[in-house]
Amino acid sequence: MTDWTDPTQVTRASALEMADAMRAGTVTSVELVQAHLDRIAAVDGPVHAFLYVNAEEALATAAAVDADRATGAALPLLAGVPIAIKDVLVTKGMPTTAGSRILEGWLPPYDATVTAKVRAARMPILGKTNMDEFAMGSSTEHSGYGPTHNPWDLERIPGGSGGGSSASLAAWETPLAIGSDTGGSIRQPAAVTGTVGVKPTYGGVSRYGAIALASSLDQLGPCARTVADTAALHEVMGGHDVMDATSLDEPVPSCLEAARDGAANGLAGVRIGVVKELGGEGYQDGVKQRFEEGLDHLRALGAEIVEVSCPSFKYALAAYYLILPSEASSNLAKFDSVRFGLRVERDTIEKTMGATRAEGFGDEVKRRIILGTYALSAGYYDAYYGSAQKVRTLIQRDFAAAFEQADVLVSPTAPTTPFKIGERIDDPLAMYLNDVATIPANLAGIPGMSLPAGVAPEDGLPVGFQILAPAHEDARLYRIGAALEKALVAQWGGPLASLAPELEVAP
Amino acid sequence: MTAATHLVGYDDAMKAFDPVFGIEVHVELNTKTKMFCGCENTFGNEPNTQVCPVCLGLPGSMPVTNEKAVESAIRLGLALGCSIRESSRFARKNYFYPDLAKDYQISQYDEPTSYEGELEVVLDDGTVVMIGIERAHMEEDAGKNTHVGGTGGIQGASHSLVDYNRGGVPLVEIVTKPIEGMGERTAEVARAYVATIRDIVRALGISDGRMEQGRLRADVNLSLRPKAADGEDQSAVPFGKRSETKNINSLRAVERSIHYEAGRQAALLLAGQPVVQETRHWHEDTSSTTPGRSKEEAEEYRYFPEPDLLPVEPSREWIEELRATLPEHPAKMRARLREEWGFSDLEMRDAVAADALTLIADTVAAGAAPQAARKWWMGELARTANEQDVTLPELPVTPAHIAELQRLVDEGKINDKLARQALEGVLAGEGSPAEVVASRGLEVVSDDSALEAAVDDALASQPEVLDKIREGKVQAAGAIVGAVMKATRGQADAGRVREIILARAGVEG
Repeated sequence: MTDWTDPTQVTRASALEMADAMRAGTVTSVELVQAHLDRIAAVDGPVHAFLYVNAEEALATAAAVDADRATGAALPLLAGVPIAIKDVLVTKGMPTTAGSRILEGWLPPYDATVTAKVRAARMPILGKTNMDEFAMGSSTEHSGYGPTHNPWDLERIPGGSGGGSSASLAAWETPLAIGSDTGGSIRQPAAVTGTVGVKPTYGGVSRYGAIALASSLDQLGPCARTVADTAALHEVMGGHDVMDATSLDEPVPSCLEAARDGAANGLAGVRIGVVKELGGEGYQDGVKQRFEEGLDHLRALGAEIVEVSCPSFKYALAAYYLILPSEASSNLAKFDSVRFGLRVERDTIEKTMGATRAEGFGDEVKRRIILGTYALSAGYYDAYYGSAQKVRTLIQRDFAAAFEQADVLVSPTAPTTPFKIGERIDDPLAMYLNDVATIPANLAGIPGMSLPAGVAPEDGLPVGFQILAPAHEDARLYRIGAALEKALVAQWGGPLASLAPELEVAP
Repeated sequence: MTAATHLVGYDDAMKAFDPVFGIEVHVELNTKTKMFCGCENTFGNEPNTQVCPVCLGLPGSMPVTNEKAVESAIRLGLALGCSIRESSRFARKNYFYPDLAKDYQISQYDEPTSYEGELEVVLDDGTVVMIGIERAHMEEDAGKNTHVGGTGGIQGASHSLVDYNRGGVPLVEIVTKPIEGMGERTAEVARAYVATIRDIVRALGISDGRMEQGRLRADVNLSLRPKAADGEDQSAVPFGKRSETKNINSLRAVERSIHYEAGRQAALLLAGQPVVQETRHWHEDTSSTTPGRSKEEAEEYRYFPEPDLLPVEPSREWIEELRATLPEHPAKMRARLREEWGFSDLEMRDAVAADALTLIADTVAAGAAPQAARKWWMGELARTANEQDVTLPELPVTPAHIAELQRLVDEGKINDKLARQALEGVLAGEGSPAEVVASRGLEVVSDDSALEAAVDDALASQPEVLDKIREGKVQAAGAIVGAVMKATRGQADAGRVREIILARAGVEG
């Protein structure tokens, strides 16, 4: 049992445990927030998960929640539980950079819909987490503000683009975080840090106020250390929004109920499809081993394991790297020095725009803008963007056929455990390959989860287990994820993150 | 520019060449809010006061389509005889410019809402011309740059200011097919076409169509090609290189820009020089055009479907409902009304130009005689509107008011002068004409005893008038009429006063 007077133990509790403890009166929100702020101060120097720490406002929110709770007022489930927000979401009054120097110092005049929902849920916002610039990357090395380090091994990447959010969870700096997933930016960081991350169905969470990378692929989602915590946060974030024309006009899935059901009742009658194309060659041995072990657990829980084939997935990476840069090249045009952000003054507006973008954007961003601009150009459109959209349709058909045979599909989240910082910095293709298993879900708009599968025996680093469900069936992820998590945690004797080496604490 | 000083006259140009033209008209819709956000769509406010994260293109913001704008666009498409696409998409047109907040314009590209239409245009002499419509698509307007210092152009300016109030205002762009075979009537047809579009958007009530305020703007494409030899098919001759004169903001300028461009191009061609395919700017002061961007520097807009918006998918039922709301074709309506009202061509044209047709029609429907209705709207009210720099429909007076006012005149309760005072009261918000007449006490005095007393008073101070009248100078009675009107503050029945004076002088009226 958690000793709520011990700040270290406090930061190692789950979000739902924190919420329960506050309701029971054993801890206050101010104590929770303070414990996490202290932890950030102690370890974030070497980890560098945060770009901005919002201490004052977080404590004020916490104090207000505590005061309301004292009066017996009804409060939302996660009221008072601290949260970190990826710097891709605009937050009124807090700097928002999307990891780019071009937005350094910009204070958004408005809140993203999800930011507003977090505030309405009375959750103290600890700060903004680091990310690859404009979410372009799988390592957080491409942040304009320096890389984030993986708490499991500070020389390794925490995944990307949401490496700040995943590292902050693994480093016990926050119990909850928000991420965005365009090709795996929630799931792959979760995999390589031993945490949980969910990409909801496209349209399930409003994108309004999320700085766009690729509009047809981007989706915001919850990150935590347990499946149930991600479920609870998913319910806070989800729902229709009139400000986002692509948001789904349907009720938020009952994620928490599904997670509890899965943990309590096992998986009898559930058919689970292993995607043949997402495994085998190119996948690290320890990753394959942990994945197989996960399948054994699922079988033991009563699920039937079948193999499915998705032959078009071999084109997914290529299609993705045409669609994403194309949309990004247009989405990033607005960073032109005229209304906000960096301005490098020259004698004409064209030169000022050019100089600002040359100085403000990093190499990976420029690489993708150039790719996308080329792919959309007259004469190339049909061959590139047009063909990529056709591949997208094929991938959707593959998924539709696979979901005829299985309730959910599973695969390793990433082919390898985290690579070393700097190892692939000059080899973008090698970095892109890390997303090979996560990208198909974005191309099809379906929901996906990554949860810890254990550590690879050869390097002792975390491995992620990916679950994919049909569109609108996000609840299935939580049911199956929670059942598997329960079995694994029983095997490990605690959450995977607790097996990570202790970080050195700054004096 | 070398040939610009040796312009060929329009008529000569048209004799020497066969003109082909096409027009793009941009119509700003009068929806309450902008195309993709909730900002108010009004004109003339302080710069950057009607803006939000969406129309400023702030990071993270997203567009949401204004349903009312879609409705207006579909009604316009239907009025132009277009087919309406069951599913049409918005697309991004990418280019960098400071007045374009997102550095892309949300427009429609390969899937416009309305396509393949035909519009009947009636020329002044009654000739009917059919103009083919290629497409009518929705898009958002850009903001407005103001160049400070220098002469107002971007050249020589010290800096530029951007006002995003207009950014995101809904537009429909109507594109004609190439219009051939109009010869020397090209300029006239172009003008009549734009005038017809203006009349249609007004009749639909989707825009005030005020060109001088940029609510309706025309880009005119013109090219000349050699005349076909006798017996040859003119349409087999390939089109010449075209110029596109942008942002023309009056009907007169539509006509005159074609005159200028035809002359300029003809001069080049006759001198054996090529016409450059380019956009050109129209200058009202000199009635000429100057080169803008060269179109040969291939325009590369990198169009692709707007991923932030769902396709527009109007149901068949809705389209038919909207079709049922379409007004009569303006030319046909005008012909019918002119007949019914007995107006002259000139009276009709003036009423159309003043945007008074609907007002007159409604006034007639409320019981006034057509000429009386015309007289009020085109006289007193047109003057008032002009003084206040507003349009007739903007005046705080309704056709019902005018019909009531005229009824009071017809019934002899008030005379013209009192009626004008009553109207003044109505415009000042004092109520209906009858209420103003009652509250201001404007009713005509036609009670003989009161009038006789007033006449006698006036005669007492000018007794010589009676003698003059008796000598045959009947017009001398005017002085007494004037005095009586003054004494009764205009409320006397002037005709009756005159009769009384003549009776006093013993003369027959």
